[in-house]
Amino acid sequence: MAQIAHDDSNAVVIIGSGAGGGTLAHELTRRGIQVVLLEAGARQSMASFSQNPGEAFGQLTWLDPRTTSGNWSVREDYPGLPSWTAKTVGGTTVHWTGATPRISPWEVRSRTTYGAVDGTSLIDWPIEYSELLHYYELAEKRMFVTRRHGLPGLPASNHFKVMYNGAKRIGYKRVHTGHLAVNTSPMDDRGMCIQQGFCVQGCKTGAKWSTLYTEIPRAEATGNLDLRVQCHATRIEHGPDGRANAVIYRDAQGNEHRQKARLVCVACNSVETARLLLLSESAQFPHGLANSTDQVGRHYCRHTAGFIWGLFDKPIHMWRGTTLSGIIEDETKHDPKRGFAGGYHLELAALDLPSLPLAGIPHTVWGRDLGFFMEHYDRMAGMLINGEDMPRSTNRVTLNRDVKDRNGLPVAHIHIDEHSNDTAMRAHAQRQGRAVYEAVGAIKTMVSRQTPATHNMGTARMSKDPRDGVCNAHGRAHDVPNLYISDGSTLSTPGSANPTLTIVALALRQAEHISKELKAQNI
Amino acid sequence: MDNSRREFLAVSGVLTGLLVAGGPLALLAPSRAWSIELRTLSSSEGATLQSMTRTIAPHDRLDNAAYALVVKAIDESLQADQHLADVIQSGLGKLGSNFATSPEEVRVNMLKNIEATEFFQTVRAKTLATLYASPLAYAFFGYEGEAFSKGGYLGRGFNDLKWLPEVPLEDSGPVPN
Repeated sequence: MAQIAHDDSNAVVIIGSGAGGGTLAHELTRRGIQVVLLEAGARQSMASFSQNPGEAFGQLTWLDPRTTSGNWSVREDYPGLPSWTAKTVGGTTVHWTGATPRISPWEVRSRTTYGAVDGTSLIDWPIEYSELLHYYELAEKRMFVTRRHGLPGLPASNHFKVMYNGAKRIGYKRVHTGHLAVNTSPMDDRGMCIQQGFCVQGCKTGAKWSTLYTEIPRAEATGNLDLRVQCHATRIEHGPDGRANAVIYRDAQGNEHRQKARLVCVACNSVETARLLLLSESAQFPHGLANSTDQVGRHYCRHTAGFIWGLFDKPIHMWRGTTLSGIIEDETKHDPKRGFAGGYHLELAALDLPSLPLAGIPHTVWGRDLGFFMEHYDRMAGMLINGEDMPRSTNRVTLNRDVKDRNGLPVAHIHIDEHSNDTAMRAHAQRQGRAVYEAVGAIKTMVSRQTPATHNMGTARMSKDPRDGVCNAHGRAHDVPNLYISDGSTLSTPGSANPTLTIVALALRQAEHISKELKAQNI
Repeated sequence: MDNSRREFLAVSGVLTGLLVAGGPLALLAPSRAWSIELRTLSSSEGATLQSMTRTIAPHDRLDNAAYALVVKAIDESLQADQHLADVIQSGLGKLGSNFATSPEEVRVNMLKNIEATEFFQTVRAKTLATLYASPLAYAFFGYEGEAFSKGGYLGRGFNDLKWLPEVPLEDSGPVPN
């Protein structure tokens, strides 16, 4: 592993080691570029992942304080955890479920497709779908995605059999075990899926792709990576020329360091990416770095999420098997006749016993309703709504200057007022999901409210016009020529696909661009 | 032993019970009799709280010992948090010592009236976070938990459901050997 000096101004500094940052670090280092990779979390391994759900949550989750406001139910149910992101080497690729659907062609042209929707800030992506598709294919091959490029699908679990038969009985056609970056046989120096569940606690066989045991060790093997763990970036500095030139961070002991940089890439997951840019305010950039058009933190999206449960009188054992290996794609379309713009996926989703009452049902459910629900744990099936939510300029991440983290810095504040399109879509999805389970004999169905988002998008979005977003189609900040955004913050609109595949695809594209620009001495 | 240490170990109350003979818990436990010492709550407060946790998450055949573990967890969290101790003890005081012996309907109505309070919400959250996370609950609800140590569920029932038709291969995938 490289050891790059703090005053080495030739280094590329990447902040965050998840899907975007981890992939980018590998792609740059294998091209001979020296990279300092700052990661706020600690480094776990397949061996150290806890199999106790509560403990695993503590091991992997970003638990620094955040606050929230707005009309969304998360404000009431999870005021201290409005977003569920990771703080560990590998970022959210350690706790993700491996789901890798693509964004659809019409979803990258949502403003054109949906027309003007009142109270939204929809824009078209500044990328042609044909170009995105090229990088999707590269990303899928890299991550060994099931049901793509000749790879088989995962086998059907008990849990999926329930979803499949119900979906088919109500007329759905596009139902299968999903596109997942989960090995069905040993490949890529990783193990195979043994249907153990526990995907979100960290995959102990490595069947599920994560930068923790693919991109990062491979970047280390190039000799060009200096990975610094438990190093929390607090500020990006710039010179009088307006170019980023250093990153300030605190190490595990709380000591402050300053790493000089030729180029800075921010990949801290949408909420913290926006916060870091806002914290980097200066005389020249009084509203935060890359924020001259007041776009940083705005248009925050998190998908129209929610669980749907079916209770049955026959055994299912939903915890046995890959957590998310099942999908219904029929509602992934733009069909205004349904009463809303955009579409949604219905995705199989199991929860372990301890997490079910905490995340799976409304907090207003207790007493005999709760007892009845929980006593059906072995005869229960679940799915998750994953739909496109509407970007709004007032749904945003800001700094809460009244609440400070352990470094004395203002925490991120998330404000969400749900658009009526989001609530109409969720209601439709809940009706359809209940119908799926009722078609195969559910004795009762129940839906959750929203859970803290694991999909966080849009807070530093790509836009053709600098007045609409923070960066261009390569993730390069409109305001700062050597500052790049390299995570889900850049998604111009969220689409209805789980975002990791798109983040990896864009990171591959960005890496090509950055290395070309560095070689040409343009940066 | 100095006074502060003795004070720290002081017992404020006790919860006791007897596991149901032949139940799943009795099979796990070395002895049917159990006893849990409390550090902040009195025995009477402990009994009220135990009844409250059972009213929030009622499972008629689940042993009292599982609920006593929730009381123990709440009691432990009070030692370093005076505000929380005040909230819980004043809340329990308002429910009164007759709460535990009242019929369920009465208990539910009493709790409905205080549903929005910090007291109720704290106990609800702690009950849900503790009750279903213990080995006792895993056994009761039939949850098998982690399976990595046993080779996963691949050869152990992940696809043994027989009451619905099988999924065609084109919509699933081959089961590895």
